[in-house]
Amino acid sequence: MRAQIAQRTLRTDRWWLPPLATFAGLLLISIYAAVRTFMGDHYWVDEYRYLTPMYSPCLTEECLPNAAHFGRLLPELPGFLTPPVIIIPFLLGFRVTCYYYRKAYYRAAWMSPPACAVAEPHAKYTGETRFPLIAQNLHRYFFYAASLLLLINVYDAFYAFSTGIGLGNIVLLVNVGLLAAYTLSCHSCRHIAGGRLKHFSKHPVRYWAWTQISKLNAKHMQLAWASLIFVCVTDLYVALVASGTIADLRFVN
Amino acid sequence: MGYQGHFRVWRGSDEGGGLEDFTVEVNEGEVVLDVIHRLQATQTPDLAVRWNCKAGKCGSCSAEINGKPRLLCMTRMSVFAEDETVTVTPMRTFPVIRDLVTDVSYNYQKAREIPAFKPPAGVAPGEYRMQQVDVERSQEFRKCIECFLCNNTCHVIRDHEENKESFAGPRFLMRVAELEMHPLDQADRVQEAQSSHGLGLCNITKCCTEVCPEHIKITDNALIPMKERVADRRYDPIVWLGNKLFRNKS
Repeated sequence: MRAQIAQRTLRTDRWWLPPLATFAGLLLISIYAAVRTFMGDHYWVDEYRYLTPMYSPCLTEECLPNAAHFGRLLPELPGFLTPPVIIIPFLLGFRVTCYYYRKAYYRAAWMSPPACAVAEPHAKYTGETRFPLIAQNLHRYFFYAASLLLLINVYDAFYAFSTGIGLGNIVLLVNVGLLAAYTLSCHSCRHIAGGRLKHFSKHPVRYWAWTQISKLNAKHMQLAWASLIFVCVTDLYVALVASGTIADLRFVN
Repeated sequence: MGYQGHFRVWRGSDEGGGLEDFTVEVNEGEVVLDVIHRLQATQTPDLAVRWNCKAGKCGSCSAEINGKPRLLCMTRMSVFAEDETVTVTPMRTFPVIRDLVTDVSYNYQKAREIPAFKPPAGVAPGEYRMQQVDVERSQEFRKCIECFLCNNTCHVIRDHEENKESFAGPRFLMRVAELEMHPLDQADRVQEAQSSHGLGLCNITKCCTEVCPEHIKITDNALIPMKERVADRRYDPIVWLGNKLFRNKS
């Protein structure tokens, strides 16, 4: 028989603040991403070849011809659907199954638990043993897909340099830098690179890769937030330039 | 300079109990365990508390201070304001014996359920040879002092008593990881982790890591790598196909 303590928690600090801030942050970003996804406009600056990462690659018939770097391979989407709906399942899947985001939303949205040593409100708990949460084990597939999309983002960022250098180029470059750091710091990447080995001494290159990724992995939470926020900043910048709201600050040409 | 501190201590047994208020002297440089000992010496000689080394190395004095799972001997009084009430309760996840002392035999039961280190056939103790880089990961987990604060704070069993039978808790999933990563261990730990020790119940919310007094990265270095190994084995058809094609031939 456990000690009989009626209170849900005896914590006296503001334990509710981190989950609340996480929930608010994720909600705001989700709303922004949804609005931009279904806007279907202001994603390409033809003059400077800026393409927002949210629409990259643009693969469907309704894409602006110059924004479709790999061609308009897919037919026009029905109804209110826009080009990003092709790639968003992969990007969203990578973030949703990410070990950091799992912690974040299990705590903030599902309150399982809301904070350490604070009782959760659910009567039953089966963790990640059943459908749908057993699908969290697919994280590495989303990692593979996100890595491919990252390479395309890198291509877009360098392609934009073909017209000169402006603030938009710097924004796109920082964006792919943060996305690359977040993707490389992923726990699945750490495992694939070398974590799954039993004998590091027999695989010195993979051991080196594992130690470097482990250093990045220690900052996975910070990189998750920085890259997520900066994708929105990048998209907003491209949208503002594309819509003519602001002019791009040019350094060269 | 000393001051009169306000303490609320849970007192009782498995038949019932509650929080009792005390005012007790607190001196500069003291930890919570010092004050609990002063309570014993001056006001409540029958107050039960388990302790031993007073140095954060024996793992005996685990309890909850202002709701947070901590070691009594490693929690300095200087982290509290002088007018703050310090609430001390026993660990919630385990049955209480008396006052601050709990019955942690669940942990010993789970430890017994994990098969011991299995060396390669024909290699006797004394003949083990391995590289330092190969054993470093396992050595991090050997820092564990068995305070069981991680198992106490883990919501899988803290909030769901019914999961105790199927879940070994972070402490012993870390033990499984330690053996799995050991360069000489020959047993199949991955299948066991998921089917017998309840790895799938862990939702990696990292409270075990937050409360570990030895600062072991339980989640990042033990639990997630074990989940990734299970994904290798159970959910990754590419690895499965690779094993079928190449490992069987060799």
